[in-house]
Amino acid sequence: MNNSTQQSQVPLVLQAKGLIKRYGHVTALDGVDLELRQGEILAVIGDNGAGKSSLIKALSGAIVPDEGEILLDGKPVHFKSPIDARKQGIETVYQDLAVAPSMTIAENLFLGREILKPGILGTLFRALDKKKMLEDAIAHMQDLKIGIRSMKQPVETLSGGQRQGVAVARSAAFARHVVIMDEPTAALGVKEGNMVLELIRRVRDKGLPVILISHNMPHVFEIADRIHIQRLGRRAAVVNPKNIGMSDAVAVMTGAMKPEELGSEAHA
Amino acid sequence: MKKIFHQIATIPAAGAFLALAIACLFFSMQSDRFLSGQNFSLILQQVMVVGVMAIGQTLIILTAGIDLSCGMVMALSSIIMTKFFDAYGLNPYLSILCGLAVAMLFGWFNGMLVTRIKLPPFIVTLGTMNIAFAITQVYSGAQTVTNVPAALTFFGNTFHIGGTTLSYGTLLLVALYVFVWWFLRDTAPGRHVYAVGNSPEAARLTGIPTDRVLLWVYTIAGLFYGIAALLSVARTGVGDPQAGQTDNLDSITAVVLGGTSLFGGRGVVLGTLIGAVIVGVFRNGLTLMGVASVYQILVTGILVILAVATDQMSRKRG
Ligand SMILES: Nc1ncnc2c1ncn2[C@@H]1O[C@H](COP(=O)(O)OP(=O)(O)O)[C@@H](O)[C@H]1O
Ligand SMILES: [Mg+2]
Repeated sequence: MNNSTQQSQVPLVLQAKGLIKRYGHVTALDGVDLELRQGEILAVIGDNGAGKSSLIKALSGAIVPDEGEILLDGKPVHFKSPIDARKQGIETVYQDLAVAPSMTIAENLFLGREILKPGILGTLFRALDKKKMLEDAIAHMQDLKIGIRSMKQPVETLSGGQRQGVAVARSAAFARHVVIMDEPTAALGVKEGNMVLELIRRVRDKGLPVILISHNMPHVFEIADRIHIQRLGRRAAVVNPKNIGMSDAVAVMTGAMKPEELGSEAHA
Repeated sequence: MKKIFHQIATIPAAGAFLALAIACLFFSMQSDRFLSGQNFSLILQQVMVVGVMAIGQTLIILTAGIDLSCGMVMALSSIIMTKFFDAYGLNPYLSILCGLAVAMLFGWFNGMLVTRIKLPPFIVTLGTMNIAFAITQVYSGAQTVTNVPAALTFFGNTFHIGGTTLSYGTLLLVALYVFVWWFLRDTAPGRHVYAVGNSPEAARLTGIPTDRVLLWVYTIAGLFYGIAALLSVARTGVGDPQAGQTDNLDSITAVVLGGTSLFGGRGVVLGTLIGAVIVGVFRNGLTLMGVASVYQILVTGILVILAVATDQMSRKRG
């Protein structure tokens, strides 16, 4: 706890305060708080039904919380749709709904945000500046060191990991504030999972803070700067993966251990 | 062999080209008259109406929809165009505009039912097909309109080039195809049609207004049915309430033969033009061979099932 004053100097990019979301009798979010610091990877872990998905949906605009506040760079924001959140620079990588399979990599990177030709063709017909889109697509992929032979191949010809790479590159290319990823490695094999982890690190190293939802504890402990443990619709604790064992984190997550029972060095 | 088949199946327009080439080869061996320039301009005349309708059908099928109403909407539109002039003495150009507007209104109505009430396109257009048919019959009294002004038959006029006679309608057909091909390939709204057909949810999450895309696709498809109506009047010289009856299936056949997937999101509109020509070539070639028209219908039926089966198989492997 002695270094908490020092760490709170790090500016908060995204902050949620007391979010509540009810579905009929079910309370999915029960006054949850979340803090995302500049330049970090914050993992969110929790049992099934703990409210992880509801939490990130609220942050990405996919659902509107019943109560509570979301602050972006300290200013309150109200997202009514994912598009609102995107306009504010928050990009989300969805587990499997992210791409249009028959369209090319370059097209997928710019889907919904195409670069238009200057002049009458662009304004009247919204004609695409394909050359610029291709160049930018290559630049974005190189930026994250994603090796793909041709930007003109359909996404369906790629492996699962490469597809996820396209989705990550798209969000990294357009996010100005935050990248949120929901289980980005869940459907991947070991090698491809590691490739995507490496990619997430590069996104952070570009200066974009990342919120990562994952069930995969080894992945979480390998990559996260801090871990937000979600339990029963609330934040049970935020821990430092360097100072806590995997089994203790899981114990807190399942309720087998109270957060107060952790040593003070475990908290972050 | 299997590999070659698979590769052809994955290049949408290539399969159609191959089928067309084989059909042409076959019919030219069966009849000397088949390969003449005169016969080809005849085929193009026949293809004109279904070809333009099939553009609208392609747009809709690319979004993973289907339109069963196109032939009946075309017939209604042609009756409006001719009867507004004939019965009320309306300026012929205004009559054309009214016909186009009614066709677009039907398209828009289809689009509203699909996007707002979330009804399946198959059912929606099955309904509007019958509505359009009934209105056409009631309004025309099932009578053919024969008093047609020159403005409505302009696209039936012909000019000579080489040994071939072409109509202005054929030029319009080709121009429309080239424009839509470019539009679908090189513009943002064009690519959004493919995105919506690929996965509406993914498209929505990337910020594409999917309902707006669907609504304009159905409305513009209506416009193409209206243009087809104008070409139909130009070709036959009358407003025919019985027109369009076989065009629903013929337009779908053209689209599928042209390599556009019924599952949406894949296909090239130029393939549809080839598909429409294939249908025309079969009809023409079989006629030259003296095959009765019932058997021609049989052949189109087999063609469409073959095309859909190819689509299905290439999807499973892809
Ligand atoms: N759309 C919904 N309708 C009804 N209940 C929901 C809905 N979404 C989530 N819930 C409920 O809210 C609780 C939290 O769910 P969720 O946020 O998906 O948790 P997690 O992602 O951690 O598994 C669960 O009990 C779930 O059943
Ligand atoms: Mg979940």
